Amino acid sequence: MIRIAQLSCGSEYSGIQKEIERAAETVGAKIVYPEVSLEDILNVEKNFGVKVASGDLNLAMARAVRIVENPDLADAVIVMTCFRCAEAAIIRSEIRKFIHEHSRIPVLSYSFTERTTAETLLTRMEALVTTVKYRGLLARERQKGLTAGIDSGSTTTKSVIMRDNEVIGTGWVPTTEVLKSAEDAFDAAIKMAGIKKEEIQAVGVTGYGRFLVGKHINARLIQEEITVNSKGAVFLSDAQRGPATVIDIGGMDNKAISVQDGIPGGFTMGGICAGASGRFLELTARRLGVDITQLGKLALKGDFRNVAMNSYCIVFGTQSLVNSLSMGCKPEDVAMAACHSVAEQVYEQQLQEVEVKEPVIMVGGTSLIEGLPRAMEELLHVKVLVPKNAQYIGAVGAALLVSGLLEG
Amino acid sequence: MSKVIVYPPTSMILSDLVERMGHKALVVPERVRELVTANDVQSPPLNVTPEEPKKGLRYAAVDVPSGVRGRMALIGPLIEEAEAAIIVEDPGWLTGCAGCSRTNELVRLLIRTKGIPVLDLNYPTDDAQAKVFVQKIRAFLEGLK
Repeated sequence: MIRIAQLSCGSEYSGIQKEIERAAETVGAKIVYPEVSLEDILNVEKNFGVKVASGDLNLAMARAVRIVENPDLADAVIVMTCFRCAEAAIIRSEIRKFIHEHSRIPVLSYSFTERTTAETLLTRMEALVTTVKYRGLLARERQKGLTAGIDSGSTTTKSVIMRDNEVIGTGWVPTTEVLKSAEDAFDAAIKMAGIKKEEIQAVGVTGYGRFLVGKHINARLIQEEITVNSKGAVFLSDAQRGPATVIDIGGMDNKAISVQDGIPGGFTMGGICAGASGRFLELTARRLGVDITQLGKLALKGDFRNVAMNSYCIVFGTQSLVNSLSMGCKPEDVAMAACHSVAEQVYEQQLQEVEVKEPVIMVGGTSLIEGLPRAMEELLHVKVLVPKNAQYIGAVGAALLVSGLLEG
Repeated sequence: MSKVIVYPPTSMILSDLVERMGHKALVVPERVRELVTANDVQSPPLNVTPEEPKKGLRYAAVDVPSGVRGRMALIGPLIEEAEAAIIVEDPGWLTGCAGCSRTNELVRLLIRTKGIPVLDLNYPTDDAQAKVFVQKIRAFLEGLK
């Protein structure tokens, strides 16, 4: 049983404690609360570096110190505080950094509301447990044999066929009916690879539709996107050793993952609104009358400073979009402003929650919209890598990881 | 007999003093006991469900953190019921604490703006101060009769 130490403030009074424990149980883990003495809490300023007005946050910090001093107390840590609490947001971030700097225990941080459910937490918990449970599998650096990966995403479904560390076939279709889309993408990849389906030794599945698709095709590996995408990203970028940061701006949500030797150390998943996701760029392309594949090239010719745009909320973002066009702004400036705004939301909402270490790798279909990695480079002041086949990252990660299961 | 809310709202020491003087102490542990001894425990450990933060909207807006609103769902009705209050400043964690400083601030504000008699005290740090502390509480509570 994987033990996840919960360091939190407010979860019991938000009525979501049961949901946290249910999510943990679903992925075969157990929530634990490291014991501390009153003295530990009174000494939190000395041992952690600060004490605050809220008693429960001081308790969370004392527990963090205890875990760092006794790493056997927990296999992973989840740091949770109320959404919109400034005091808690500062401490949540500092606890995550403290554990990251002083131990090798994976940490997940999350801000909740009373609407947070076990389902919301499931993928995050699954990733946390995977990083502990399958450390050996995640350390795998080469794909062997003939394996396939399917990424059943919210917007598109991707598939790859890999043979002896090379991608030999790919398939990409919009997600409509989940199973049919998976079959179509899979068939396209098989056709391109020039192989027969029966020859494939194992299939790995990831993405939102992973459970449905995985069961349907009898997949050997059904895995959440955090660990799979991390693996795929460092594999395709040839950055499997050392630190890396993976940014995946998806069709429905975003992931920012701090990776060490190909294994996620800390990550965030979410986004306040679709205004911070690929959906907003799709909407922008449609409004500008260009194909989504052309939006990035158009954006590179523009300057975001010429258009006031904020897509914190997709509705307000759309208003800015319509207003700017009605005021006669150039389409290329609008395209770049949309890319900049999405990158800015990810930077403000998520990248503050992980350690951004180079190389910074952008993956997923949105990374091919050239304006987006450019905007991220401007915000982070570092070079952003977009590897070949970046849109197939999940499928590649799944094909790579499932090959590790072939060896028994 | 008066209904007296104490601050910190979890303080059993203050609750005991109030009850000894023949008044009813309004404290959070009683509300928690009601929740956890209910027939249907749906949301352990406190049986606070996501409905409580919604009930807390009576005391704090939706952009106030859910943990504050959930706590206010327990403490707010006590403040409404209160006919008098004892507020101890800088009580230290051993005396009791809501765990959340924002909740503590809102609780003090709502008590003070209710217009009920309030006894303000500093937490005693030695035996002599402790005696004065108890004497002041006693005098205040006797005055309520």
